[in-house]
Amino acid sequence: MLAIVDYGVGNLFSLKSSLKRLGIDALVTGDANELRRAERIILPGVGAFEDAATKLRLTGLDVLLKEEAAAGKPLMGICLGMQLLFEASYEYGEHAGLALLPGTVKPIAPMIGEGLKVPHIGWNGLIFPKGKEKSPLFREVDEGECVYFVHSYAAVDCGDAVTAKAEYGALLTAAAGKGNVMGTQFHPEKSGDTGLRILKAFAEL
Amino acid sequence: MITKRIIPCLDVRDGRVVKGTNFLGLRDVSSPVELAAYYSACGADELVFYDITASSDGRKLFTDILTEVASTVFIPLTVGGGINAVEDFDRVLKCGADKVSVNSGALKNPQLIRDAAMKYGDQCVVLSIDAKRVDGSFRVFSKGGRENTGLELIEWVKKGVSLGAGEVVLNSIDTDGVKGGFDIPMLEAVCESVNVPVIASGGAGNEAHFIELFQKLPKVDAGLAASIFHFGEVKIPDLKQELAANGITMRMIKEQTC
Repeated sequence: MLAIVDYGVGNLFSLKSSLKRLGIDALVTGDANELRRAERIILPGVGAFEDAATKLRLTGLDVLLKEEAAAGKPLMGICLGMQLLFEASYEYGEHAGLALLPGTVKPIAPMIGEGLKVPHIGWNGLIFPKGKEKSPLFREVDEGECVYFVHSYAAVDCGDAVTAKAEYGALLTAAAGKGNVMGTQFHPEKSGDTGLRILKAFAEL
Repeated sequence: MITKRIIPCLDVRDGRVVKGTNFLGLRDVSSPVELAAYYSACGADELVFYDITASSDGRKLFTDILTEVASTVFIPLTVGGGINAVEDFDRVLKCGADKVSVNSGALKNPQLIRDAAMKYGDQCVVLSIDAKRVDGSFRVFSKGGRENTGLELIEWVKKGVSLGAGEVVLNSIDTDGVKGGFDIPMLEAVCESVNVPVIASGGAGNEAHFIELFQKLPKVDAGLAASIFHFGEVKIPDLKQELAANGITMRMIKEQTC
């Protein structure tokens, strides 16, 4: 069973529908027991980091996710859900994340330079790090395939956890992962066929 | 590199796509669900659905259809038509829309833009504008282009963006339906005045018009059209190939199945 964490952040309709298209009947739940029973977990999220991090903490799901990740359960964050996996975010102040991946989340505006619009909205091609094995998430994805982004913040200082980048005035972190914990800054559930292949790869890990 | 987007627009009345199509191989050419799947398989980068229904029964049919589209097509969906309150945002976002476009509703009540942006984020709010030249200046029209609001285009677009609109669709009434090309001067004026994505609408008649659009106005993010796609006068896979061959960054899909 694949569970999608429901903690009152964002619209889960498309994510659930795209998994359904793949034949996966995902369980949308905020219940600790159900999440512990799940074989793999997706942490979605849209909105502000602080609000989402607070909701995870107040529901105790932050501790649960750390325990499940430590136990080796596949965990995938999407968009803000991925940002929450890092050590901290500097979106309106400084806020602690789950620290399951190395790195912090910072505004893209100073990274990308003048003339480019923020948020980074639209389709952008994936660039995989050279000389490194491809993340299992991208097993069926070729370099250059486009995925759909909507974000104003991105992860930095992730070291070798970066699994894909996208060029937008700078090379922004598009995906990251370490062992059973991974995430995408883009929205696989809005990235057409390419996105479905990414979700399928996670569901088959 | 972020790609330029090609966006087919579907007018829906009482749950059916208005303006017939001549696609071969579609069981039901006025089914929004079938058309959406077809365009997605062709490589459309986003879809826009305008609800031109006037009745509340029609509204319900529209949201049912939207739910079905969002369950089967996994590219960004923008919804417009009849959006007059934050509750209308809620209604269509729940059905799987990603962005909501406001036009007459925002002209009547500009605060709607801010309220929706505060609740759902700027990226969710698209300001759609119908504009036309009147006595040498660009004026904003409401009610589907029927009523001159007297507002000056650039003032309105700046105001809309400052209130929180994350994207602008500019439809030139002067070029709409003429198929003589996009309204480059009007689009340029808008692109120069705001720093959010601008979607060009109105006037595309062939592939060359899209090439002209993106080459003359590198700041334009997307080209939107309706009938030329519906009638197969311009085929999206061919259009994207042609644009790519002309140096425009495009998203090319791996398994094009249309």
